[in-house]
Amino acid sequence: MTEEEFIKFTINGVEVQGKPGEMLIDVAQRNGFYIPKLCNHVALKPYSACRLCIVEMAKGGRSKFTASCSFPISEGIEVNTESEGVLKLRKMTLEALMAQAPDSKEIRDMAKYYGITDTRFKENEDKENRCILCGLCIRVCNERMGVYALGFSGRGASRRLDTPFGRLSDVCITCGACESVCPTDAIKLGKISKNEPKPITSEFDLGLKERSVIYTPFPQAMPLIYLIDKERCIHFAKGTCKICQKSCEKGSIDFEQEDKKLKLDAGAIIVAPGYEFVSPDTRPELSYDRLSNVITAMEFERILNASGPFGGHIKRLSNFKEPKSMAFIQCVGSRDRNKGVRYCSSACCMYSIKEAIIAKEHSPDLNISIFHMDIRAFGKEFDSYYKSAKDMGIKFVRCRVAEIQGDEYQNPIVHFTDENDEPKKEAFDMVVLSNGFARPKDADKLAGVLDIKLNKYGFCETSAFSPLQSTRLGIFAGGVFTEPKDIPDSVAGASGAAAKASVLIPPDMRMIGREKEEIIETDVSEEEPRIGVFICHCGINIGATVNVPSVAEYARTLPNVVYAEDNLYTCSYDTQRIIKEKIKEHDLNRVVVAACSPRTHEPLFQSTISEAALNPYLFEMANIRDQCSWVHQREPERATEKAKDLVRMIVAKSNLLTPLTRESLAVTPTCLVIGGGISGLTASKDVADSGFKVFLVERKKELGGNLNLVSCLLEGENPQNFLKRLVKEVREHDKIEVLTEAILENIQGYVGNFTTTFTHAGESKNLEHGTIIVATGSNPYDPSEYLYGKHKGVITQLELEKMLENKKFKTDSVVMIQCVGSRDENHEYCSRICCTQAVKNALRIKEKNPDAEIYVLFKDMRTYGFREDYYAKASDEGVKFILYNDEHKPKVKDEEGLVVEVVDPILKNILKIKPDKVVLSIGMEPRKENTDLAKMLKVPISKDGFFLEAHMKLRPLDFATDGIFLCGAAHSPKFVNECISQASGAAARACTILSKSEISAEGIVSQVDEELCFGCGICVLNCPYNAVELEEETQKAKVVSALCKGCGVCGATCPKHAIVMCHFTDQQVKAQIDAFVEEVQ
Amino acid sequence: MPEYEPKILAFLCNWCSYAGADLAGVSRFQYPPNVRIVRVMCSGRISPRFVLKSFQEGADGVLIAGCHPGDCHYSKGNYYTRRRLTVLGKLLEHVGVDPRRFKVKWISASEGGKFADVIKEMTENVKGLGPQRSFKRVDDDE
Repeated sequence: MTEEEFIKFTINGVEVQGKPGEMLIDVAQRNGFYIPKLCNHVALKPYSACRLCIVEMAKGGRSKFTASCSFPISEGIEVNTESEGVLKLRKMTLEALMAQAPDSKEIRDMAKYYGITDTRFKENEDKENRCILCGLCIRVCNERMGVYALGFSGRGASRRLDTPFGRLSDVCITCGACESVCPTDAIKLGKISKNEPKPITSEFDLGLKERSVIYTPFPQAMPLIYLIDKERCIHFAKGTCKICQKSCEKGSIDFEQEDKKLKLDAGAIIVAPGYEFVSPDTRPELSYDRLSNVITAMEFERILNASGPFGGHIKRLSNFKEPKSMAFIQCVGSRDRNKGVRYCSSACCMYSIKEAIIAKEHSPDLNISIFHMDIRAFGKEFDSYYKSAKDMGIKFVRCRVAEIQGDEYQNPIVHFTDENDEPKKEAFDMVVLSNGFARPKDADKLAGVLDIKLNKYGFCETSAFSPLQSTRLGIFAGGVFTEPKDIPDSVAGASGAAAKASVLIPPDMRMIGREKEEIIETDVSEEEPRIGVFICHCGINIGATVNVPSVAEYARTLPNVVYAEDNLYTCSYDTQRIIKEKIKEHDLNRVVVAACSPRTHEPLFQSTISEAALNPYLFEMANIRDQCSWVHQREPERATEKAKDLVRMIVAKSNLLTPLTRESLAVTPTCLVIGGGISGLTASKDVADSGFKVFLVERKKELGGNLNLVSCLLEGENPQNFLKRLVKEVREHDKIEVLTEAILENIQGYVGNFTTTFTHAGESKNLEHGTIIVATGSNPYDPSEYLYGKHKGVITQLELEKMLENKKFKTDSVVMIQCVGSRDENHEYCSRICCTQAVKNALRIKEKNPDAEIYVLFKDMRTYGFREDYYAKASDEGVKFILYNDEHKPKVKDEEGLVVEVVDPILKNILKIKPDKVVLSIGMEPRKENTDLAKMLKVPISKDGFFLEAHMKLRPLDFATDGIFLCGAAHSPKFVNECISQASGAAARACTILSKSEISAEGIVSQVDEELCFGCGICVLNCPYNAVELEEETQKAKVVSALCKGCGVCGATCPKHAIVMCHFTDQQVKAQIDAFVEEVQ
Repeated sequence: MPEYEPKILAFLCNWCSYAGADLAGVSRFQYPPNVRIVRVMCSGRISPRFVLKSFQEGADGVLIAGCHPGDCHYSKGNYYTRRRLTVLGKLLEHVGVDPRRFKVKWISASEGGKFADVIKEMTENVKGLGPQRSFKRVDDDE
């Protein structure tokens, strides 16, 4: 369209233009002139019924009032949208509308805009009829849906909305369009339609929440793009509607899109299709389908979620009231030989404890009972978490639940058999069924397409020694598809699968991906600070304690804050887009996020603001979750006050932030692997197979570690052949240098550039390497209890294994005692492997002598995953499992032969057993050397003495310090297959650094103000990294940025304040102190 | 009248004590909301001037926490902290600041419980001492 073809005219004196045929209201709105409207809709023809959009229009000296929605623009008209006459008419109309529909928010808001709060007209008393006769519903039904279910009947004052012949419509398709366009809530489907409306519910919220036909699957979906539910869209069903197409200003709705078949060339395939939940209907006696207050754990997870159906508040589905008591029923569909699945789903005990703790935090008076068979808290620090649940008052009931009945109010009554074998019943307001994991429904089809084998449970078949490898070369599997597992194991295994896949792909082919576009940073040095503050609710994590909107309100009052908002999740993909938009919109040159910890989330936000052309160091975080809402849950007001203080302090600092640059550092493409056990060997081989040099250092003479002691795995394989082969491959690998009998002395440097000193045969040597993998394993516990070492009949499981290797070994009766050196006063953790080990050895004894009497004295049998089968087999073969607890530990006595006394859990009397052997299931202990190694590496140790990773769930293989990774039993006790997947995972993590020729260093380094420096050299002496030197010529200090690690020791010592620790300058810290003492106004 | 609530400022090193404070959160260890935290990369960054200024401006207590000796992410930053702040502690005591108002603690990344306990104890102590008056700016005194 050429310039001449536009129609030019003025609105309120401003010249505007539009296309011929456009309505005046559309041109006005496009140009930012507000005109109120009710009956006008973008997808409907103009109707001019509500008269709100009236404007005054002049042409050729004559003026008139006209409805702008139905007036086509013409050349030279002079429009006034706010003239005195217009306002008078409009206010009158609004008052009339308010009288007819006093509850309509839309009308009230418009009225408020014009300063009207009350109407002078008589208020409509008919609550059932609030219709303002705007005709939107009729028009949408006729024009868009083509259904013609509605119309007006009567004339004048008796005109009203009606269906043909005043009967309930049978042509209505219950699409709900009429309800959705009505500004006064005057129309209800139930009053016009014969047909039952079918609500569309969100799959993600498991049907607990409604969704629209056009929707995003869940709030954090990636990419966050709307999709149309073709099955339910009226347009796809009837060819009508298309309201969305008319409404979308960007023209993004494309009804012609078809599914496409894509062909991708790949060098390797990773299969990670996840799992489904076992249907609660496998246990119909638990009444899931009958009682609305019996829900699944996943449904409860959604209820607890801030973006879930009740905004994070716990409500019963029967009456939406908060429950006072609730129960969790474990093993619904798991460990079930008759229904559901036989195996243990591994994660349900912990997810139930988690849900129970969150529920309890939300409602401290809530009574919670968890009905279980065993609590399988076998993962790292899980037992401590289990203990914390007990300390909070959550009740654990060991029993079998027989059934759940309901009373007339839908209250579930749990019938169970308690520890004393007595039938009991207890009523709860709500019951959560902890249902187990099943393989994906289409697993067979997928396996067929991929030509891989599934195991007897229908999961991907793998082996103990290649836990990530499917039965077809080049296809690897991750996550629950190989066996039910929780998040850290899935994350570690997924990294491992990536390592295995990348080995198959030539190095030059690995980096295919989208190139990042170069962004030129905005120079903000001359600008006044313009700070944007984003405050996170973190679902209910912050929002339930801290009044987040009031913190945002407060942030707006702080100096130089030009924008502040609160977000449900500031870290979501969508909010990153919003942050970038707001930076542009408000010219922000500093960004503050008040949310969780900068230790986990600073890099994400830094990269977001970089994408908006801001230097990443123009960013700061206030920690109002980990250090505020979570630790002041019972003091919401003071927590809110503290959050405001923290925001004020960090905003004060942000005013003084300056851009910093990150230098590039070369990477030494070699990896140091510490420890030559199964984990270290696997990690070494995977890194070397990926094409990088490896130094494998081992303290001892032999490689192989603890696996050397094991002669048989649960499934019956002998690991020794595998181990020998692996050791040989590692020793002969041209990229691996094996250094045995090597003692580490010192580790210096940082990611990409480490130098390690070790001694070997009395000689001190240095190694240069870019990354480190810690695989130092753990030690079997050395017991002193239960007469071990005093009576030769008392042995450990490892000693029993040695004996079992002897073909002639036979025993008639054995008592095995679990949790020796685990879950006791000195070891708060579970050693994970000992239950399975006991089952394995019990079965081996039975194999030799089916009549052998075997007793296993246990606290919880933790044979998780597919190991459960062997536990069941042992029970079937007559192995007796006897429960004990800490109050009544078994006693081992020497009364001319071994006597074991244990309290019979049911009869409560003392059971005396006289076995040939007492076998102690000893746990695994962290190595004593860990402490020294941790100091050398500058990495933390957990309270149990194992190495502590960066994040227990999401970063199980990384340390917080870049370039150092962790795997195997040094992380926590685990099985061979788990060590192998973790080790492969750690190898993949190390390769992400090794594959880069350079990495960018931290920008936080010190700088010297040469004017102030007088060359005293204190900083040179104090710097732990020799990063400060005294320049000979000038006798002034100079910082070598590549060496500086940003500790700031120099800044604190300089007598002249001449050395500046960037990002933590004196001024910045002092600004925080100044802000600290101010009070919230 | 509401109960007197002291204002405590804590300087925490990023790698150990700040992480320990995060762990206290993750573990939901509850402690009194009297403390405000300033994050620095290393406790060695903390200049005695920061402490003096905090007291001058009106802090009722100041806590410095860093990695345990030998655990410093920067090899030996916390050794400087230890020396420097021991001297400062003595000086503060000399000029009449009760030593219970100024604490230097070693809190590792795995000691969430210890962090919560330190805050609890310090808040209790400082509360007992009442507002800090002896070390305010001269011109602030009425």
